[in-house]
Amino acid sequence: MLAVQLSALLDGETPGVTETLDLVTGFDDALTHGLGRLGGDRAAALAALAGAVSASPLGDRAGEAVDKITAGSVAGDHLTALAGARTALLGAVHDALLARLDTALGRTRAAWEAAAAPAPAADHLLAAARSWLHELAITGWRGVDHDLVSASSQTVEALLAEPRLRRVAVLLDGLAAELAACCPIATAPRVPARRWADLWARAVLLAQGLPADPDPEQVSGRLLVLGVDVHEHGTAVQAQVHGLLEPAGGGAARLVRASVSAAKVDTITGPAVWRLLQAHPVLLGALAEHRSLDLTGMPLLASGDLLWHDDRAAAGEPADPFAVARVQLADALAPAVTPLDRHPVRIAEPVLLEGYTVDGEALVLDGHPLAVELDRLPRCGPLTPELVAASTACIGLVRWDAGRWSVQPLAVQATVKRKPVTAHAGDWALGPTDPKVVKAEAKAGDVVAVLRERAGRLLRK
Amino acid sequence: MSADAPAWEQRSTARVVSPVQPRKLAKVPFVELADGRLQGVVSSGSDIGRVYVSSVAAGTHTYDCSTNNNRPCGGLYGAPCKHLRLLVDEAVIQYGLDRVAGYLRAEVGDDGDLIGALGGGVERTPAAMVFSRFLRHLTYLELPGATTPVPELHWFPAGVAR
Repeated sequence: MLAVQLSALLDGETPGVTETLDLVTGFDDALTHGLGRLGGDRAAALAALAGAVSASPLGDRAGEAVDKITAGSVAGDHLTALAGARTALLGAVHDALLARLDTALGRTRAAWEAAAAPAPAADHLLAAARSWLHELAITGWRGVDHDLVSASSQTVEALLAEPRLRRVAVLLDGLAAELAACCPIATAPRVPARRWADLWARAVLLAQGLPADPDPEQVSGRLLVLGVDVHEHGTAVQAQVHGLLEPAGGGAARLVRASVSAAKVDTITGPAVWRLLQAHPVLLGALAEHRSLDLTGMPLLASGDLLWHDDRAAAGEPADPFAVARVQLADALAPAVTPLDRHPVRIAEPVLLEGYTVDGEALVLDGHPLAVELDRLPRCGPLTPELVAASTACIGLVRWDAGRWSVQPLAVQATVKRKPVTAHAGDWALGPTDPKVVKAEAKAGDVVAVLRERAGRLLRK
Repeated sequence: MSADAPAWEQRSTARVVSPVQPRKLAKVPFVELADGRLQGVVSSGSDIGRVYVSSVAAGTHTYDCSTNNNRPCGGLYGAPCKHLRLLVDEAVIQYGLDRVAGYLRAEVGDDGDLIGALGGGVERTPAAMVFSRFLRHLTYLELPGATTPVPELHWFPAGVAR
C-alpha cells in the first residue's frame, strides 16, 4: 500500500456512512432497552430505520413491523423484518467502504453472479433459536438475566451437534457467553450496543436457514500464502489463511482464503489451539515453514473461499510471503462478497505496507497515520506489540470498525537489537519455535491431551 | 477521520470477555464462575476414574466437596479440603484474583489469601449439576472440525485487549 493509496483511503468521509450508521445506532439503542416497551423516541428510531429501506423490497414488511411493534404486538416475522432492514443498511455501508478501499488500492474485484438460491426447508432447531432471539429482542439487553441466558443452553447444544447448523451454533454460543459474563446487565456500566445488535441480527438471519452455496468450481494451481487471521471465542477457533492462487491454466492470480475451524473450550488457548487443527497438516505445515502449496481439484466458492481438503494439497517450494506480496499482490483479482456476508466487520483486505514509521498505535506513511489493531495479535503466534513497534514492513488486513480504518498485522519484518527479525502469525502452527514459549507450554502440559483423556474416561461411562 | 480510538459502544468488535489465562489442567480440569458459584471438578489423586465436584457459593461463602456420585469428600472437616483449595488456586490463575473475588463478593486482604476469606462453612449442594456441565464442556472436544468458512467469527478476533 503506497502513501498515495493510504491518503485516498483516509482523506475525507465516505458519503452516507455516518448518516446510515446513525439510523443503525437508533435501532441498537431500542434493542438495548427492549422492543417490548418502546418509548416515543425509540419508536421514532425504528420508524427511521424502516423509512431508510422503504424503497427496497423490504420496505413494506419493515414498515408494517414498526407499526405493529410500536402498537405493542411483537411477532417473530416483525423482528425478522427489522433484522433484515438493519442488515441491509450495514450491507450498503459495507459496499461503500469496500468500493472506496478497492478504488484506493486499484484492486479489481469479481462481481457476484450466482443466482439467488431457494429458501431452505423449515427446521425445528432453528425455530428454537429464533424463539430465544425473539425473547432477547423483546426484553432488551438491559433486561437480560441469568435465566434468559441459560434458556439458550439446550438449543445451542442441539445446534452444535448438527454440522450443517454450525455457523448459527457458534454465533449463539459466543453471544450467550458474553451475555452471561455481563449479568446482571441492568446494572452494568455500559453495553456493547452495536456489537450485540450485530450478533443478534446476524443470528436472526442465520436462523431463517441458509440457502445452499452455489456449486464450487474445482481449482488447481499454486497457492502462495500471505498470512493467517485467527478468530477465537471460548468454544471456537478458526484459522483463515489468505493467499494468492496462481491457476494452473494461467491467468491472473486470485486472492483466496482457506478456513479451518474447530470447537474448543476456554482453557485451550494460546499456541495450544493449533493442536485442535491438526487434521490439516499440509496447510499448517505451509504456514509454519513458509511454503507454497500445490492444489489439485480443490473446491473454490465464488466468495473466494477454498473448501479445504488437506489431501488435495501438497507442500511445494519455500515461498516468502513478503516476496509474494511485493511481486504479486497489487495485481491480484479479489473475489466477490457473498451477499449475506456484506457487513463492515468482514472487510479484511490483504495489503503490504513498507517504509512507514511507527507512532504509538499507528503506522505513519508519508504523514498519513493508519491505526494498528494491536488487540488482534493472536496469542497463538509470535507477533507482539513490541515487534510491531520495531517493524519496518508489514503484511496485514485492512479493517474498518466504528468509523475508523485500521490494519491488522499478519506478519512483520522488524529490527530487534540491530538484527533483522521476521514474524508471521502462523509461525507456530506446528508448535512454538520460541524457546521461552516452548518451556512455558511444557510446564502447562498438553491441555488438549488432558481434556481428551478426561472425556474418554468420563463421557462413555 | 482520525486515528483516535472510536467509542466502545459503537464497535462491532468491542471486547466484552477477556480470554482466560492458560493453566495446567491435570489436577483441576474444569473451573467456572456460573450459577452463583465458583465451581469445578478436581481429579482424584489416587483413583484415575474418580473426580471431586467442589464449589463455593457467592455471597454466603458456603462450600461443598463431594465425588461425582455425591459421596461427601472425606477431607471436609469444617474447613475447605485440599480439593477446594486447588479449585480456588486454579480459578485465580484462570480468571485473576479480582474477577474471582468480585464474583464471590469476598473481601481479600493485602496478602491475597482468597481461601482464607471464605468462612461460610459446609452446605451440601448437589454435585450432579456441576458434573453434567463438565461433561457438556468435554463434549466440545468431540465435535468434528469444519472447513467451510464461518464468517461470523470475524466478530470474534483472537487477541487480547491492551
